[in-house]
Amino acid sequence: MTKGRALKFGDSISTDHIIPGRFAHLRSNLPELAKHTLEDARPGFASQVNPGDFIVAGTNFGLGSSREHAPLVIKMCGIQAVLAKSVARIFFRNAINLGLPILICDTDKINDGDELILDLASSSVKNKANGVTLTFGKLPGVMLKILEEGGLLNYIKNHGDFEL
Amino acid sequence: MGKTLAEKILSTKSGTDAKAGDIVVCGVDLVFVQDTTGPLTVRQFQEGHFPRLARPENTVVFLDHASPSPSSGFANDHLLLRQFSRAQGAVLSEVGDGISHQIIAERFAGPGDVIVGADSHTVTAGALGAFATGMGSSDIAVAMALGKTWLRVPETFKVSVSESFAPLVGAKDFILNLIGTLGADGATYKSLEFSGEALFNFNISDRLTISSMAVEAGAKVGIFPSDVVTMAFLDWRGRGKDYKALQADSDAEYERVLNIDLSQLEPMVAKPHTVDNVSPAGDVKGVKINQVFIGTCTNGRLTDLELAAKLIKGKKRHSDTRLIVAPASRDVYLSALKEGYIQTLVEAGATVTPPGCAACLGVHQGVLADGENCLSTANRNFQGRMGNPKSFIYLASTATAIATAIAGEIVDPREAI
Ligand code: SF4
Repeated sequence: MTKGRALKFGDSISTDHIIPGRFAHLRSNLPELAKHTLEDARPGFASQVNPGDFIVAGTNFGLGSSREHAPLVIKMCGIQAVLAKSVARIFFRNAINLGLPILICDTDKINDGDELILDLASSSVKNKANGVTLTFGKLPGVMLKILEEGGLLNYIKNHGDFEL
Repeated sequence: MGKTLAEKILSTKSGTDAKAGDIVVCGVDLVFVQDTTGPLTVRQFQEGHFPRLARPENTVVFLDHASPSPSSGFANDHLLLRQFSRAQGAVLSEVGDGISHQIIAERFAGPGDVIVGADSHTVTAGALGAFATGMGSSDIAVAMALGKTWLRVPETFKVSVSESFAPLVGAKDFILNLIGTLGADGATYKSLEFSGEALFNFNISDRLTISSMAVEAGAKVGIFPSDVVTMAFLDWRGRGKDYKALQADSDAEYERVLNIDLSQLEPMVAKPHTVDNVSPAGDVKGVKINQVFIGTCTNGRLTDLELAAKLIKGKKRHSDTRLIVAPASRDVYLSALKEGYIQTLVEAGATVTPPGCAACLGVHQGVLADGENCLSTANRNFQGRMGNPKSFIYLASTATAIATAIAGEIVDPREAI
């Protein structure tokens, strides 16, 4: 079980919010790039994150580009998982491939700053602020394995191929 | 039970009886990166300790997003990608060749192919009957190394069209209208499959416009059947041998069916800052526009430049409205030069930028100032997309864009031209 604060966002946070194209020139300098994470949606975001915090969002989080830099900088900031009502397809896959858990649940009952306790084993997250426990669905088998093994590259290292 | 286009293609490619919801492993016919996702892909490829590409001749590296390079950072990324391509024997598409999706349509994609690329608009190749979808750098690095990927077979929304477009209404209005109906996440994880007798009203340019924007409704793919229109296009490109007929089975199962009467559509505009925030152009009439941008994988083709040139011939852009035109590929550029479209556009006050993504992603060639409005033929109007989070992007068809460039404010092209 792991604790962290909720950093709350609304609906439709796009990859252009997470890490805009205008910073693409920093992409070979990832620590520098990560400093700009989500700054167009929440100025100063990267410096507000304490390791283990959660991003808590509404619908269609991560829509837009296929840039894997989006989940990568979120992870580099110290975020342990993203909770959202729904997540765009490519972002979802990219996050799991990097070992960043995506938890789909009704996030209305979480406010900015609430302390959350994540229990991946029981697929639930408890909000200490109001005592509410939210449960989230299981990932499809192959994605669960990729996440459990620390991301796609590790998975392929371990298995040499896709094993369904 | 019959199969949808997605089920058919993935059954063949995975050697299984694939149904919606199944997870399959498929060989890929083409895998590619571009210059903003490529460097991370190369990094993941190296981190995975993969010795070589599974099929170098089917692996393409495109330098199209920041092209020619606007800074030393991008120049170094280009250098890295050139070195990687050379060392691995991948196909390199150089600065000035054009946008990945356009070149894939011209040279690579065919019906029944599985195509994966590190770019969300990989879906564009669905116009030619390919199962084409965007992924991130880790997935693409693995697809490059193993020559395969895993896919969940999507459920399908069938979009059936009837009748034909009214003058100055077309594919872009159709897809904006559809995204407005579905919502920006309305087709998440789904296949959008286009069907109906009126499909012959869509030439390949139209189909590419529509497929490219399937992802703006969240879809995994946007697929057209392969028919006489596909055959004629492939013949024209000298790739007649790539043609095969491909239709969904008549008893395929669909999660949802939408019927659209093309004759009822009107010019549409997506307003800032989401693609599903659409309304008829007439409803946003009068919004002052500082820059009109015609180009991108959605609307930078020869048919777009032809229409733009025809509509603006003998006229000028409004003195307060910059007009930027970016041909989608070198071939498009050459044909537009030959036909005189470029001359007409330049005479009318347009700035023509080199083939590539140009102003679309906000790194060069048309970044907006604070508070400025742009009307673009691109596919995305997210906040900050064109390089400035304090600017506003409207999306529309080429006809609406050129009419707006002349008027200096958003207009319904049917009233203005
Ligand atoms: S033109 Fe725009 S949307 Fe198309 S590939 Fe380039 S950046 Fe992406």
